[in-house]
Amino acid sequence: MIGPGDYVALSVILFVIGGVGVLIRRNAIIIFMCVELMLNAVNLAFVSFARLHGNLDGQVIAFFVMVVAAAEVVVGLAILTSIFRSRRSASVDDANLLKY
Amino acid sequence: MNHDMVLAAGGGAGAETQTVVFWLLAVVSVGAALGMVLARRAVHCAVLLAGVMLSLAVLYLLQGAPFLAFVQVIVYTGAVLMLFLFVLMIVGVSSRDAIVETIKGQWLWTGVAAIGLLVLLSLTIGHAAIGPAASSGTAYSTGNLQGIARLIFTTYVFPFEVTSALLITAALGAMVLAHRERATPKPTQRDLARRRVTAGRPAPLPGPGTYARHNAVDMPALLPDGSPSKLSVSPVISGRGFELRPGESGEPLPEIAPGEVLPPDSDGSAPRQDEHEGAR
Repeated sequence: MIGPGDYVALSVILFVIGGVGVLIRRNAIIIFMCVELMLNAVNLAFVSFARLHGNLDGQVIAFFVMVVAAAEVVVGLAILTSIFRSRRSASVDDANLLKY
Repeated sequence: MNHDMVLAAGGGAGAETQTVVFWLLAVVSVGAALGMVLARRAVHCAVLLAGVMLSLAVLYLLQGAPFLAFVQVIVYTGAVLMLFLFVLMIVGVSSRDAIVETIKGQWLWTGVAAIGLLVLLSLTIGHAAIGPAASSGTAYSTGNLQGIARLIFTTYVFPFEVTSALLITAALGAMVLAHRERATPKPTQRDLARRRVTAGRPAPLPGPGTYARHNAVDMPALLPDGSPSKLSVSPVISGRGFELRPGESGEPLPEIAPGEVLPPDSDGSAPRQDEHEGAR
């Protein structure tokens, strides 16, 4: 029988994969997608723990996470398009004006 | 599919069915996530991320959260991923992200950090001794939607109101960030005409497919000597590598160039006059 622990293990694996993607990719949009993957993994953990406790609080928190993620994607993609408009690149290595 | 069937698919499914679906979706979602991290093209990443999100929606359904499953499909797969694809089409479909290490030791330390995080989280969860699911009450049978609504509008009513402020702020911020102030006055029709004449090309660019085998947009037009004209294909298409090679299907047709062969044109800019005469 598949219990909540198995779902939490799956969410841990997805979270780590998303973190690896954030660390090794350089296209800012793909980094953003990996952050979304990490948020989804955390949502899965929330839903699993809600089922573990038999109440709905975890589902409500997951719902709030989805709302915040949608707002974050809107602002983040607007920033990306404005960076691309001025620098003609979506790579995070090229946004280095503050480095030196 | 009515409400009862959705709930039956979640809570009432047999243990074997749940096990089979869980393992199937676990393999699919982990494989798609790995493919997303490793795929070269950003569009492939977006499609694989959609696969992960749909798998997670079915997992929510299995865990007795039909409301969250539908929100996942509508908000994440529908809205967020469409926004991602929209920005990808603007920013760089053609930009390939080469998997090359730019920072020294980046991959090594990424692997160390990933293994460390995996071990840390696994140990934490292993110590937690997560038991079986609690006996599902009415919140998981028929009153899922009502239960969530009651929680949102009683216990979590203040965070719920704050999210409305957050959404309005995000919409305003996106509009401000995406808005571009016009630094120069808008060119009038006179300016455009003058610019076109001074640029040395009063005529419009040649259309694709003239004298070629067919007139699809990715088929370059043929000059009178049989060489393809690169000006006839939009740079958006040739930038993505979709342009047909001249040797592939754009070879000169024998009835077009029977006489003397003009010197081949490399960039299609010099013999403009020839092409226009040939077109008449």
